[in-house]
Amino acid sequence: MAPTLAVAPVPTLKVRKGSVAAVTLRAVLPPGFHANSNTPSDEYLVPLTLKWTGGPLTADGVTYPKGTLEKYPFSAKPLSVVTGEFSISTKFKVPGDAPNGPAAQNGTLRYQACNDRMCFAPKSVPVSVTLQIE
Amino acid sequence: MKESSKRKHAPDFALKDASGKVVHLADYRGKVVLLDFWATWCGPCGEEIPWFTEFQRKYKDRGFEVVGVSMDDDGWKAINPFVVQKKINYRIVLGDDQTGDLYGGLEALPTTFVIDRYGRIASIHVGLASRKDFQDAIETLLEAPPGSDSVSTGSGDSRRADGSNAGRRAGSNAQGS
Repeated sequence: MAPTLAVAPVPTLKVRKGSVAAVTLRAVLPPGFHANSNTPSDEYLVPLTLKWTGGPLTADGVTYPKGTLEKYPFSAKPLSVVTGEFSISTKFKVPGDAPNGPAAQNGTLRYQACNDRMCFAPKSVPVSVTLQIE
Repeated sequence: MKESSKRKHAPDFALKDASGKVVHLADYRGKVVLLDFWATWCGPCGEEIPWFTEFQRKYKDRGFEVVGVSMDDDGWKAINPFVVQKKINYRIVLGDDQTGDLYGGLEALPTTFVIDRYGRIASIHVGLASRKDFQDAIETLLEAPPGSDSVSTGSGDSRRADGSNAGRRAGSNAQGS
């Protein structure tokens, strides 16, 4: 059965207009599965990618977990992967003209998972952060 | 490998190859076929592909063909450079969800079907399999005397490879050789 990447809910983020904010997503893959890191070992492999697609904040850099090099029966060389629990951080700029009050910042986390014998189609998980802009 | 009397017909499909030609599985009736569902992003698929390239070269003249069904969403843009890089010497067609459903859902790749000369599924391999298992299955099917099976040689049918239970998926339907 295809593994599901679970992303923990993020507490409401209070931000000030004109400031910089950071959000860390915590994700976990079931045991026995891995996903390619953001810098996979082969050009054909699908990288772990977080894209912010909507909301009042401007993403100013995503920091991905450092992949670990793991050897699998299907690859002659070790692959750069993430396993278990990992974090992805994003730095945001809060526009000076952002409206006060509640808002949401939305995005998608794309990953492609395998175990040591088979792979599963790339999937995208929606992610959302509730904001309180002051 | 399944006993001859217990094999089900491989569902027929109509899928395009890189040149736009429509390829039917039924076109291969009379040959032993290794039908490989794969994708460029699938590491285990990439491990098996050189074996299949060798099988194609080694057994083609004995009535054997490999057909690769790519499940890449990005289509030929992704497939063509991969085919060149891996020196794939057999026909590749672009798969779709409908064909995937006919073959049990194909939740996991690679999923490979070894099909006898009568268009029936002799073995199913979900995930990275053994090169020897494939080779043994191919040689056994190639060596079976022609006409030794009293089965229909009509065109392939459209039933699902795993029978009529539409809820089952390939990943939970693994049957080794």
